[in-house]
Amino acid sequence: MNNKLKIIVLSIVMTIMLVNFSGCSGDDRVQLNVYNWGDYIDKTVLDDFEQEYNIAVNYEEFTTNEDMYIKLKQGGTNYDVAIPSDYMIEKMIKEDMLEKIDFNNITNYKEIDDKFKDLVFDPKNEYSVPYLWGTVGIVYNSEVIKEDIDSWDVLWDEKYKGQILMLDSSRDSIGIALKKLGYSFNSKNKDQLEQAKQELIKQRPLVLAYVIDEGKDKMLSGEASIGVFWSGDAMLLADENPNLKYVVPKEGSNLWFDSMIIPKGSKHKKEAELFINYMTGKDIAKKTADYIMYYTPNAETEKMLDIVYPTFEELKDCEIFRDPGDFVEQYDRIWTEVLAR
Amino acid sequence: MVDKVLSKLRIVYTILIFIFLYAPIIVLIVFSFNDSKSRASWDGFTLKWYVSLFKDRHIMKALYYTLTIAILSSIIATIVGTFAALGIHNMKPIKKKIILGINNVPVVNPDLITGISLMALFIFLKIPLGFVTMLIAHVTFNIPYVILAVLPKLRQIPKEIMEAALDLGATPMYAIRKVLIPQIMPGIVTGLLMAFTLSIDDFVISFFTTGHGVTNLSITIYSMARRGIKPEINALSTLLFLSVLILLLIINFRSSKDEKRREVL
Repeated sequence: MNNKLKIIVLSIVMTIMLVNFSGCSGDDRVQLNVYNWGDYIDKTVLDDFEQEYNIAVNYEEFTTNEDMYIKLKQGGTNYDVAIPSDYMIEKMIKEDMLEKIDFNNITNYKEIDDKFKDLVFDPKNEYSVPYLWGTVGIVYNSEVIKEDIDSWDVLWDEKYKGQILMLDSSRDSIGIALKKLGYSFNSKNKDQLEQAKQELIKQRPLVLAYVIDEGKDKMLSGEASIGVFWSGDAMLLADENPNLKYVVPKEGSNLWFDSMIIPKGSKHKKEAELFINYMTGKDIAKKTADYIMYYTPNAETEKMLDIVYPTFEELKDCEIFRDPGDFVEQYDRIWTEVLAR
Repeated sequence: MVDKVLSKLRIVYTILIFIFLYAPIIVLIVFSFNDSKSRASWDGFTLKWYVSLFKDRHIMKALYYTLTIAILSSIIATIVGTFAALGIHNMKPIKKKIILGINNVPVVNPDLITGISLMALFIFLKIPLGFVTMLIAHVTFNIPYVILAVLPKLRQIPKEIMEAALDLGATPMYAIRKVLIPQIMPGIVTGLLMAFTLSIDDFVISFFTTGHGVTNLSITIYSMARRGIKPEINALSTLLFLSVLILLLIINFRSSKDEKRREVL
């Protein structure tokens, strides 16, 4: 029995080794390393890009901005394109971790809606090209909730005790409490933050759960009837159940961007710009928007879609998260104190 | 009478425990045939997730890397760990204590620390992050578990067995191969299986030690957390679960046949 086993094990190991080493070395195309959120691209687009330009794409995924930051900061892998969020891009620009993009190579940039240029995290538009954007707002089940929802106050309404979902994210939840009180999403004022904390503690008994992804199921199953969601998830929900309506409260909310950047030290800057340009163009941007169902920043693509996008008027009270630097510890502390009650 | 009631209770208790253990997996299997993306409502039967699973190059690649790393790392860790256990077993008590202490550090160390320190080490040594570094990392965290699985088996073997083998003219290596290893085989197999499952499960260490497009299933699944887990993953998990189940059934069936044959002899 032993000899047989040995032969089997050895043959398995040999095959694996063979497949591996032949698989990697046989590719003499340029290898472009792309780093993106999970399930955040229509994979056929990658295949098309490889076909069209004869460039191999090594595609990797991350879970949070912070994870991605650690990987980039440490080095050891040469990513050529990454797609982090707004405040993280601001932080990386501060720390000189990004290459300036040569916008002469991004010919499709003219299709990007003007209101998505010169954003606070990249004020001179040197480092990033927007990929997708969205808002944070309230999704409610119009079968259960008959009133008109237009304010964050509804999340503190005793009537809906045990049906309310909040995001399990310190910045979003504290930001919402700040907005409810009429302060800025990015407030660093101790008094204001203390008030926001008290608001969240007051709200705790009403909340069914603090969630990220599992919130969608709770809304669809009817377990919850009102909750805080990202606009992209709100569209997915409305797709499954038309009674689930989305609203950005009148006090204003968070406006977020995921943008394409080139990390410092990229060995294939030309190809990276080619890729960014490719992803920006209206037809590919449409594929991206269709697959992910988040808002596209491409004005041409927006015309092709039959979804109504928020107008500039609706977004004027929305703020983009700023990089809090070390202040993030304060947010985390407040959040821990809220959840510990 | 009391005995009868008791045995009934036992059966009910066992059934309850099994339901508790397997309910989540059953739900997952059922929903892998669900005709909508939701995990909350049943919209009819479909096989489309299985079709799109095999069409999804990305998930397939992740599956391939996951299994490759799991098989290679568990085999290497088992070989290294078994010999390490042999060495530790024959040490003087004080040395043994120290080595076992060192061995237990990676077991209780948070994954995050292990992952980040390994990443720092690879970068310091200028090894490009990718398949090889991920494999080394997996071997590293698997070895202590193999040692912990093999050592108790070694303690059960009387010392005289090895001596007897050597007295009868076996070379040390031959004695280890023909006498010792068969005796501690159950421990080795336990270690191997444990290393295999740990390797498939691991997310944190893999995430920090991989690069250049090499990704495994845990990274793929965890990174879906923001947008929701795709139903293809339910289909994949179902297939993995069934493969493991069939494998276990075959192993059990074979070993029971072996026992029967021994009884006949």
